[in-house]
Amino acid sequence: MSTFLWVIVPYVCLAVFVVGHVWRYRYDKFGWTTRSSQLYESRLLRIGSPMFHLGMLGVVAGHVVGLVVPQVWTNALGLSPHAYHVIALAGGIPAGLAAVVGLVILVYRRRMTGPVFRATTVNDKVMYAVLGTVVVLGMWNTVAGSLLQFGGEYNYREGVSVWFRSIFALQPEPALMASAPLGFRLHALLAFLLFAMWPFTRLVHVFSAPLGYLTRPYLVYRSKDARPGRGTGSRAPQRGWDKPELTRK
Amino acid sequence: MRVMAQMAMVMNLDKCIGCHTCSVTCKQAWTNRAGTEYVWFNNVETRPGLGYPRGYEDQDEWQGGWVMRKGRLRLRAGGRLKKLATIFSNPKMPSIQDYYEPWTYDYETLLNAPAQKTFPVARPHSLISGKPINISWSANWDDDLGGSREHAVKDPMLKGIEDKVRMEFEKTFMFYLPRICEHCLNPSCAASCPSGAIYKREEDGIVLVDQDRCRGWRMCITGCPYKKVYFNHRTGKAEKCTFCYPRIEVGIPTVCSETCVGRLRYIGLVLYDADKVLEAATVEDDHDLYEAQLGVFLDPEDPEVRREAEAAGIPADWVEAARRSPVKKLILDYKVALPLHPEYRTMPMVWYIPPLSPVVDVVKDTGHDAEDVDNLFGAIDTLRIPVEYLANLFTAGDVAPVDGVLRKLAAMRSYMRDINLGRDPRDEIPAAVGMEGEAMYEMFRLLALAKYSERYVIPPAHAEQAHALEELATECSVSEYGGGQGEVFGEGSGAAPTPVAVENFRVLQQTQSADSLEQLPGDNPLRGRVNLLTWDGRGMPDGLFPVDEEAGR
Ligand code: HEM
Ligand code: SF4
Ligand code: SF4
Repeated sequence: MSTFLWVIVPYVCLAVFVVGHVWRYRYDKFGWTTRSSQLYESRLLRIGSPMFHLGMLGVVAGHVVGLVVPQVWTNALGLSPHAYHVIALAGGIPAGLAAVVGLVILVYRRRMTGPVFRATTVNDKVMYAVLGTVVVLGMWNTVAGSLLQFGGEYNYREGVSVWFRSIFALQPEPALMASAPLGFRLHALLAFLLFAMWPFTRLVHVFSAPLGYLTRPYLVYRSKDARPGRGTGSRAPQRGWDKPELTRK
Repeated sequence: MRVMAQMAMVMNLDKCIGCHTCSVTCKQAWTNRAGTEYVWFNNVETRPGLGYPRGYEDQDEWQGGWVMRKGRLRLRAGGRLKKLATIFSNPKMPSIQDYYEPWTYDYETLLNAPAQKTFPVARPHSLISGKPINISWSANWDDDLGGSREHAVKDPMLKGIEDKVRMEFEKTFMFYLPRICEHCLNPSCAASCPSGAIYKREEDGIVLVDQDRCRGWRMCITGCPYKKVYFNHRTGKAEKCTFCYPRIEVGIPTVCSETCVGRLRYIGLVLYDADKVLEAATVEDDHDLYEAQLGVFLDPEDPEVRREAEAAGIPADWVEAARRSPVKKLILDYKVALPLHPEYRTMPMVWYIPPLSPVVDVVKDTGHDAEDVDNLFGAIDTLRIPVEYLANLFTAGDVAPVDGVLRKLAAMRSYMRDINLGRDPRDEIPAAVGMEGEAMYEMFRLLALAKYSERYVIPPAHAEQAHALEELATECSVSEYGGGQGEVFGEGSGAAPTPVAVENFRVLQQTQSADSLEQLPGDNPLRGRVNLLTWDGRGMPDGLFPVDEEAGR
């Protein structure tokens, strides 16, 4: 069971994540968008969206540090586990709080603003359910587990983090996860589920964060036949359709 | 010098009757889809008035276009860093309420209502929220100065002259302003797009949104000062006027021009020096922008320019088309067309001949001869309000160029009256506005009589470069079908199918520019055959039905 949950599921989800994105990018560039709903409603979005996103970016950054950087490295830097912990909480709690509050505002807006609700798909709802649960569980682990230390102390950097890295090192150590507290196990499992859903939801927009804007010239010139197979008129035939042959007698 | 070609348009506002045909046909062609209900690539607004979306010209509010700040050209809404910092929620995006909430009617009640005393009514339902709504605004709510005391007085372009206008409101002036995307030389929409999805085509300068690259960051909507990029709320992508590029590429005008009842639109090429664009957009004084924009254009008669154009890979027939371009004539030769809001510094490429009618109407109403050149000149001088208003629209408030154009139009009016009445033309009239009699006559011809082929000088795109004609995505170039003698087959001839757009566009182009069927050139396939789009309903011409193969054998 523990092999299934902590080895097979993660690998399957990661595979779906990678292959799914490649597939989506190749077959559905047209659907690759934030699907902004600002045209319908601006007031709540102006508060909720930046709060959620900035919080989320902080959380993601925190995860990168907490999961990817081994404890021995920070120890070597002379940072005691306790000092690290304090720093992590000082950064993580505000970021997490912002993400949660932002998410609540966004979900409230989704539900309560007529036009936004009408434009919400089932896909969005499932995505929000999973994303919301993952975020709340993560918050719970941080607040209840690390801050208040319900049910004893658990140093995730010696458990979850090592397991996480072991997956990428292709030497998975499921036992580490099997012994982690329930909150952490659920959080990790649902996070992988979220990764598997990722390419099929609006979350793909994360991977088109427009950093190139900072370096490209303002104006873009493009030749109308820059792309092969494009001709006069409109767009080229879409993938999946045979090009009709026109023969002249 | 870096020569580039730009497809541009001029509209003669005196002739616009505000019928909205252009808007409707454009909508039918391009934006009759879910998600684009409120999208009008072409709209016609009554001026003075709020325009569409409401009050879009108030850039203090909407932050569109470019500004000069500390000697540099900057996006008014903020540069790259600010855009990325505020990407999670655009601080200045118009909401659907600033456009209008599109609606439909609950027609079903009309059909399903049981027999009853009162007539059943179809109630309006919002296409945005799906709920019943009270319609309180739309794209043309203030059409024909409707509710002008409430709406038109809020026109941002009345700033500075609002007191005077209100005083004279009884004898107010009014005209229509049809608008499409300006296909700017320095498009701030493209500059605002974080993903670089909006691009300007090298060949003809048409500004397009790559639908596969747009990621819905919705910054272009704020960036365009004319508010001509719209957000498709279904697909989550930006859409804008395409200058009907699939039509332009095969040499036919945009839908709005083709269907314009007033025949007031002109389409043609202008050549410009891409190296000078930035310099012209950065002149300090707003009043110098019109002249600076003129300075960017290149004269296709100049041999040096033609050499450079060739070196830049512009085909010879394009340069030829640029020489015959009505747009070039109106902008550069006669200098009667002016850019809309040069102060936005995007270098718009749809120019306007300002209307003389507000002036003529006043002269007429006072019982004076409205075709007398002195009366008209006097009126232009004394009627400062329409002139100042027009200057706010077309020359960043500088009345001198508007004055000049109106005088030319007034002079043309008087000069032509003499000719039409069989009197000797008075050459002092054109001389008073610095023109030759002959040029004035030519200008009159272009403005009043020009035929289809003179109003639209559109060289087809070079299909040999483009490999394929799109409609059937074949490898057969346009010219192979339409260009040569007797090359056009149709389904009626029993030969291989011809891309229908190729056939129709040539047939329609020629029939529209010929006065009668007899005048059609020898290679016009109408002589041999017709299809239902080209048949005028008279008689049963050969080729209306396919040849009966059995009998033919
Ligand atoms: C990395 C850079 C990111 C950028 C530039 C970005 C940008 C955006 C933008 C522009 C919207 C549309 C807001 C609107 O106008 O309606 C949006 C929506 C959204 N983003 Fe992001 N995002 C980023 C990262 C993320 C991440 C990491 C997550 C979550 C894990 C996320 C989750 C969402 C969600 C759930 C929405 C929908 C909000 C709603 O309308 O209810 N984004 N994002
Ligand atoms: S008018 Fe057209 S080209 Fe110019 S900024 Fe607006 S959308 Fe872009
Ligand atoms: S079709 Fe022509 S005359 Fe009618 S509103 Fe449009 S521009 Fe004006």
